[in-house]
Amino acid sequence: MTDIDLSVDVGGLRLSNPLIAASGCYGYGVEYADAVDLSTLGAVASKGLFLAPREGHPPQRIVETPSGMLNAIGLQGIGVHRYIAEKLPELRRLGVTNLINICGSTLDEYVELARILSDAEGVHALELNISCPNIKEGGITFGCSLHGTFDVVSAVKKVTHLPVIPKLTPNVTDVASIAKAAEDAGADGVSLVNTFLAMAIDVETRRPKLSNIVGGLSGPAIRPIAVRMVYECRRMVKIPIIGMGGIASAVDALEFIIAGATAVQVGTANFVDPFIWSKLTAGIEDYLQRHGVRRIADLVGSIDISTREKEWVSS
Amino acid sequence: MPVDVEARVISNTRLSSDYNVIALDAPAIAATATPGQFVMVKPGRGTDPLLRRPFSVFEIIESNGRITGLTLLSKRIGVTTRLLYSAVEGDVVSCLGPLGKPFTLVQPPTEAWMVAGGVGLAPFATLADALVARGVPTTLFYGARSGQELFYLDWFASRGVKLELTTEDGTRGEKGRVTLPLERSLRERASADVMVYACGPEPMLEAVSHVCDRYGRTCEVSVERVMGCGMGGCYSCVIPVHETGGGHHFVRSCLAGPVFTAADLVWDHD
Repeated sequence: MTDIDLSVDVGGLRLSNPLIAASGCYGYGVEYADAVDLSTLGAVASKGLFLAPREGHPPQRIVETPSGMLNAIGLQGIGVHRYIAEKLPELRRLGVTNLINICGSTLDEYVELARILSDAEGVHALELNISCPNIKEGGITFGCSLHGTFDVVSAVKKVTHLPVIPKLTPNVTDVASIAKAAEDAGADGVSLVNTFLAMAIDVETRRPKLSNIVGGLSGPAIRPIAVRMVYECRRMVKIPIIGMGGIASAVDALEFIIAGATAVQVGTANFVDPFIWSKLTAGIEDYLQRHGVRRIADLVGSIDISTREKEWVSS
Repeated sequence: MPVDVEARVISNTRLSSDYNVIALDAPAIAATATPGQFVMVKPGRGTDPLLRRPFSVFEIIESNGRITGLTLLSKRIGVTTRLLYSAVEGDVVSCLGPLGKPFTLVQPPTEAWMVAGGVGLAPFATLADALVARGVPTTLFYGARSGQELFYLDWFASRGVKLELTTEDGTRGEKGRVTLPLERSLRERASADVMVYACGPEPMLEAVSHVCDRYGRTCEVSVERVMGCGMGGCYSCVIPVHETGGGHHFVRSCLAGPVFTAADLVWDHD
């Protein structure tokens, strides 16, 4: 079997393969252009964009924890206008599929960002950041409620022809019901999960290790929880899911895909290995060959629970 | 363009109970590294440590005229430096680089004054080599807590680098901080054409920056911030720089640095 097909369709966002660089973990993409052929990635999710530039939190912004890391960057960024003027032309030239992550302090800001980006050449889909745990205003206040999620998704859908994919927070009682609210509002897909709200303290000084006191936990430590959440959402919604949380190998990516993710994002592992992408692709292709599966799309949600269905206890 | 090398440990020399110099079989990185650049290092393949850590390239090593690898000067503080300290020949260390902006090399008759605090000696071996090769008169102001923590003195001396040593306990060189002889030299040689290079703890860099400012000398500093990726992806290693027209903004020290013109940095900030 030679003609392996890694292409997937996430609610109208066509990807040559299911591997996406996660928002906030890949700068604006151009930072990696010297090292990686960005056109070989399924897509690059931009660093979260507000309308205006943002300074972000003072250092210390990250701290390593067991098999993971906390971050509280505070969405430092150049704002949408500079992004379009300074980054997008280069990304277009490099043939990058751009999933633009947008953040609003208000519902109107999401709508305005969606309007502006819908008119920009080289934008392929919008990822709505309604889940950043590190800033007080906006964002997560939408993502933590059914109504908030519904309202922001439906408002953005009204003003754009682009696929709209809200990125969900795991810091809720039932992420699947949030995914359902997004689907009901017309979302073309959902991304999950953003980071888990967490903290670490230096016991010698009794000071929090992050300047923001709390931050978001990512990395292999969160992977099993994220897989479970993707699985729960897969059972609840029909729209495609982009799964993420601690993916560091092809096996990890496959786990999310089998649980129900159409595509996956890789964040923290890219910090460790910026050349991870070709290794993930090779590993996935090898798996498909071994299992006689020609299309990765046929693997999505293929988890076999036939003998274990009765043991599932809904949380 | 940075490359990632699964580098074999060629040798590991313990200089003290905390410091070691580890030699890595990474010629592809060593061949293109310039003074002041760094590598991102991770010993082993597990998740402790999960992230790489930044290290200045200490020496470029050659054998029979061919570049064969590089060394890192490390001080045992955390999980990565503990593993680097205990590593043995044949162990494998992931090494990504070269990364970051290097020092600006001056030309004679300008003199180079390198100011090192503790493990901040790390970028100055390659810098000294490059400066000496250009015929730049080079001095190393080198401070540590005690005489046992001053390393590679013969190495620098054999290259014709003039040494000005200080220790906090007075066991070797002048007693006190490294800024004492630096400031004295700036005062006594007010007309000398000098470029200052500094690396060490941030309070030391701040003091060196202020002293150079006071005497009107250009100074480049190599900073160390908590770094996640070294490639500009994570935005953790930011440092505040002055904006034209007042205020400041954060730049990533992995891309805009680690070498900065000292006057560009905002020192009285977090």
